[in-house]
Amino acid sequence: MPYDVVVIGGGNAALCAAITAAEAGARVIILEAAPRPYRGGNSRHTRNFRCMHHGPLGPLTDSYSEDEYIADLLKVTGGKTDEALARIAIRGSERALPWMQAHGVHFQPSLSGTLSLGRTNAFFMGGGKALVNAYYRTAEALGVKVLYEAPVAHLSLAGGRIEEVVFEQMGQSHRLRPRSVIVASGGFQADTDWLARAWGPAAKNFLIRGTPYNRGAVLADLIEQGAETVGDPTQCHAVAIDGRAPKFDGGIVTRLDCVPFSIVVNNSAQRFYDEGEDVWPKRYAIWGRLVAAQPGQVAYAIIDSRSLDLFMPSVFPPVSANSIEELAEKLGLPPAELRATVDGFNANCGDTSGFRPTELDGVATNGITPPKTNWARPITEPPFYGYSLRTGVTFTYLGLKVTARAQCSTADGPIENLWAAGETMAGSILGQGYLAGFGMTIGTVFGRIAGKEAAAHAA
Amino acid sequence: MPHDVFAEARRQAEICNACRYCEGFCSVFPALQADRAFSDGDLTQLANLCHNCRGCYYACQYTAPHEFDVNLPRALAELRTESWERFAWPGGLARMFQRHAGAVTIAVAAGFALLLALVHLLGSTGAGDGFYAAMSHGLMVSIFLPAFFFPLTSLAISLRRYWRAVGGGRVRGRDIAAALGKVARMKDLAAGHGEGCNFEDEDRFSQARRLAHQAIMYGFLLCFAATGVATLMHYLWAMPAPYPFLSAPKLLGVSGGVLLGGGALWIAALKTRAERSLSDPRAWAAEMGFVLLLAFIAASGLALYGLGSTAAMPLLLALHLGAVLAFFVLAPFTKMAHGAYRFAALLRDATRTKA
Repeated sequence: MPYDVVVIGGGNAALCAAITAAEAGARVIILEAAPRPYRGGNSRHTRNFRCMHHGPLGPLTDSYSEDEYIADLLKVTGGKTDEALARIAIRGSERALPWMQAHGVHFQPSLSGTLSLGRTNAFFMGGGKALVNAYYRTAEALGVKVLYEAPVAHLSLAGGRIEEVVFEQMGQSHRLRPRSVIVASGGFQADTDWLARAWGPAAKNFLIRGTPYNRGAVLADLIEQGAETVGDPTQCHAVAIDGRAPKFDGGIVTRLDCVPFSIVVNNSAQRFYDEGEDVWPKRYAIWGRLVAAQPGQVAYAIIDSRSLDLFMPSVFPPVSANSIEELAEKLGLPPAELRATVDGFNANCGDTSGFRPTELDGVATNGITPPKTNWARPITEPPFYGYSLRTGVTFTYLGLKVTARAQCSTADGPIENLWAAGETMAGSILGQGYLAGFGMTIGTVFGRIAGKEAAAHAA
Repeated sequence: MPHDVFAEARRQAEICNACRYCEGFCSVFPALQADRAFSDGDLTQLANLCHNCRGCYYACQYTAPHEFDVNLPRALAELRTESWERFAWPGGLARMFQRHAGAVTIAVAAGFALLLALVHLLGSTGAGDGFYAAMSHGLMVSIFLPAFFFPLTSLAISLRRYWRAVGGGRVRGRDIAAALGKVARMKDLAAGHGEGCNFEDEDRFSQARRLAHQAIMYGFLLCFAATGVATLMHYLWAMPAPYPFLSAPKLLGVSGGVLLGGGALWIAALKTRAERSLSDPRAWAAEMGFVLLLAFIAASGLALYGLGSTAAMPLLLALHLGAVLAFFVLAPFTKMAHGAYRFAALLRDATRTKA
């Protein structure tokens, strides 16, 4: 059966594109590289959708204006944002939410511990995998064909259009010649060789928080053929996560929120940065880079028993000991050095009566370098606990450059029948940093745009 | 080495507590998230709160082949089986009836045999009207009065053990109202969005299991009400059976029988389609046996209504009453016990959430 539209990838953006194109009457096939249990790319790890709205909408309270939204975005990206594209995503989000509901997505009130997002972010009931499941059901009901374990090897670009899509399945190579092609196959962060070429050899020690299937094969293939890109090819979004997390797909449960209440040392038991600089949601990404710069790309957060209940539980229990020296032994740190670091920190803590775990409390150290400028409480009450920290990569910034209609291009001009959506083009909008729930907004809005354009072209 | 159901449930609960994406599905997750460490009692409570709707399984990013291998519906189902065996009185019976469909069948057959023998040996006096011609009212009462109080006593002891194990405290009127409200609508089989559970067709939400369950529950209650009303009519108003169709016992009994039988067959059909590895596979066959026993009770009861004045009546009556007797004796040790434990768990949860 000939297909009008080939969608490469199987996550949120791909599904939104496929559903939109199928509803416009196109015959659509999805080529998903992952096996069925791992379908959905990084979308299966997501949990919310950042949404502009005038007045209460779905699970969202109050209002969230375009201006406030774009201001929030520019704050985290430091201005590295294509504002025109960003505004398309933001404006599109308001109509996207009811569309999502109509296509099977269920929302719930914001999760406990994220109440501050109840106005801006709509949470998926059950998380991103539930959303992905709902979209696959919707797509299949519309007649969309889905192939799993079908990685795309090559798109042949000739004369300003994609002539052919080559993909593998069960050891066989297959070719399709659709009228339209949509790339929605994510970034390249799971290809650690590529990551190491871009970042340096330290990247080999990074953990990948999401899917092992985002290896950037289609991105690399298109770049080689002259497709225009945006985003810093050497950069990735990286956060500090539990060092015991699996190499891939650890997802949300490997986060570790203890840093503000701890001292963090490297493998020589030396502190290297102000652990209390700001609240954790504003610092976890900085700590990904800080840990990446330490020897062995590893660090250790040390707390005492008073701080254990101040943060969300992690999936791995902390290493515990009744003395600092014993803890150091268990963590593989030099005991005398850790003792000296803890003693030095404790001796420089001041009045802790103003300690407030939920706000910047100004309880700071005096006279040590680096300082700890909030939540600086001495580490004295056994048992003592330690967590290892490693750098966890969320996504890469390098992506395909697209127009307002999600169309890709080469230096010679637009590629007539190629569109991109989701993480694979998000570098246009997110030049650096990250805004919670915005990845799903870009994927949903541009997925729908790409689906509509691809179907119109095929018609 | 036996599989440690507590250790496995604890391992998975800790993963869930670090994730929390399923918070909106049912009563289990808000309760789970209230704890940081899970005692055996906490886990027992969570297991009995779980209705095996499977919404969390299909939404989970950590199910196999992921190395975390989360399958919370199964971990909690296995812990439920274990806990019912531990709390059952007399002990040992639960283990036999939960894990062996054969034991259920034998118990039912024994019920048949006993009643057939009684009808054959003592029944045919011809002294009573209607069913009492086959078996006298006095004989029925002398069998079914103790058979009725046995499961109540047994379950009361089990529930006291349960309440102690989960650290239950004082219950207020509003807690009972909250728990009854959830049972009446079977809210925990609806998912947070009200579209039902993921039972018979992977991740598709469906109300089938919820509706079938409520048909059984309300059908059972109607049959129970029919018997209750008839007992009152017999003793208080000296109006012994048989009753005409337009009487409270018949109207309640026939509508209850239709709901109970239809619901039980529906659940049985759904159970054959549901993925067995998402519950306790060792309990599947015995659960199915129990569901079919309910269907048989309903069908034989309705047949008695239709064929009560034919020559088939004594045989039908013996089969029906034999099944009912088996049901009473089995109630505390089979799937039937879930009603008592689920209600206790919802009650315990209500005391927690409004504390």
